[in-house]
Amino acid sequence: MQAMNVVVCVKQIPDPAAPASLDESTHTLDRTGKLILDDSDSYGVEMALQLADTEAGDEVVLVSMAPNGEVSGLRTALAMGAAKALLVSDPVLAGTDALGTAKVLAAAIRRVEPDLVIAATESTDGYTGTLPVQVAEILGLPSVTFAKSISIDGSNVKVERQTEAGYDEVESPMPVVVTVTAGVVEPRYPSFKGIMAAKSKPVETLTVADLGLDASEVGVSGSRQEIVDVSEAESRSGGEIVVDEGDGADRIVAFLEQIKVI
Amino acid sequence: MAMEKVWVLAEPGDSGPVPVALELLTQARSLASSVEAITWGTDAASVAGVAGEYGASRVYDVGDLGGELPGAPVAGAIASLVTANGAPDALLIPATYDGRDVAGRLSAKLDRPVLTNVTGLVADGDLKTQHLVFGGSHVLTARFTGEGPGIFVVRAKSFAAEPSGGGPAEVVAAPPPDAGSANAARILARHVEERSGPKLDEASVVVSGGRGLTAAENYALIEELANLLHGAPGASRAIVDAGWVPYSYQVGQTGKTVKPTVYVACGISGATQHLVGMKGSKNIVAINKDQDAPIFSVADLGIVGDVHKVLPALIDALKARG
Repeated sequence: MQAMNVVVCVKQIPDPAAPASLDESTHTLDRTGKLILDDSDSYGVEMALQLADTEAGDEVVLVSMAPNGEVSGLRTALAMGAAKALLVSDPVLAGTDALGTAKVLAAAIRRVEPDLVIAATESTDGYTGTLPVQVAEILGLPSVTFAKSISIDGSNVKVERQTEAGYDEVESPMPVVVTVTAGVVEPRYPSFKGIMAAKSKPVETLTVADLGLDASEVGVSGSRQEIVDVSEAESRSGGEIVVDEGDGADRIVAFLEQIKVI
Repeated sequence: MAMEKVWVLAEPGDSGPVPVALELLTQARSLASSVEAITWGTDAASVAGVAGEYGASRVYDVGDLGGELPGAPVAGAIASLVTANGAPDALLIPATYDGRDVAGRLSAKLDRPVLTNVTGLVADGDLKTQHLVFGGSHVLTARFTGEGPGIFVVRAKSFAAEPSGGGPAEVVAAPPPDAGSANAARILARHVEERSGPKLDEASVVVSGGRGLTAAENYALIEELANLLHGAPGASRAIVDAGWVPYSYQVGQTGKTVKPTVYVACGISGATQHLVGMKGSKNIVAINKDQDAPIFSVADLGIVGDVHKVLPALIDALKARG
């Protein structure tokens, strides 16, 4: 079998541990601070690294998009072991919605001629959860979402797809888009050697024009949706907070009785 | 201005549409004069019966998909309906595994954006959507600016389901066009994991565990307590990410929204990610050793204590009651 190209879609996001803020005028998420690799994507990167047989020439290629030239999150994934990265970086991308992002990523992915495209089920910051399937539709590829395991069988992939009731065994010919949920594999920590090697791994930067896309399809103008208002939600009033003095369980029982649950 | 026509994706469930589809049909009735549904599977008749009861006048039946995943064929069938019959003002899709697949495919097919994680829909001149952000502390209101149809993926429990008392909906066949390679994946086998007790998003009691449990094996305490209270066990993202329990257990922004009579959070600090999925619960009990944990800001009863002591004591106390 020929060497396989495994693409992983990765997103660089503001640190979720830092308080999020919205731009006052556009109501869009402030992404001007330092960006990191979305934790959700580390599972996809790990899955790709486990599936790729590097001795047979398989390569794991990262594809990402950013309005600025941010690469620190990509370096993290390269340090884990990905071979190279393709970053679509262009100021016109600011404010691009999920469908616009899918168009950009699909155009970038097409250049790699992938056998397998892996993405997270949803990003931590935007969590729209439709992008991988939009990418698949644009590329005319099958998609299998919510994978808890992926294995390669000749020119097919076998996926255990999570369902409400349990899971389905799904088979698809390659190329195919597969999304993985968190927790399905244990992402490796980049080694010191990996971190050093990542510094010299190739990161190709492309603009929207390089991909043959029209700037009107992306950015705020292409998004065809707008935020009209952000206001405070009704907040819950706090209740009774007590320190457990050995009576914590009894207090909970009394509360459950009071609300007639028991 | 009321809308003329709204379509609802009535994903088939155990018998009739899944519960969230009934919530969407109810809401669609208040938004538009005509409500129609799209379904698939082997039993369109029972979907049409229930969908009619909740206000749909017609159900488009994509048909039995056999081992195909619904995303590509159902999106293809809806796109064909739009071409043949014109677009509805809005298409409401449940935020389920298959619903999101259909929404994503359809969005790319029709070249229309999709608004996801919708928790409110307001007809106010045009249709505006509400979304909870920052852990539910703020409501964001958005709208489409381009041509319709607006595609909306709505989270479960956003609206109450109420029947309208209508008769069965008319069933109209809507076979899918050939989707080619996009529809090449096949389901070889379906595995049902036996789980006792109610489903997480339908349970009146939810007991969830988080990092504070310190080890995967302690999750058994969560299951035992949930069982004693005839509830469902849930989880924070942290322990799902750590692989202790599957994704289907996750309560939160990425995960399920629950609104039980009582939600018991054990060893969960209450990251905004988690709060947005459970703060609509009628009553909240929290056990956490850190008195500054954000979970206490939404708790009706908060116990500042060691979950390893409080949980076993609570289980013993409930068992003693018989």
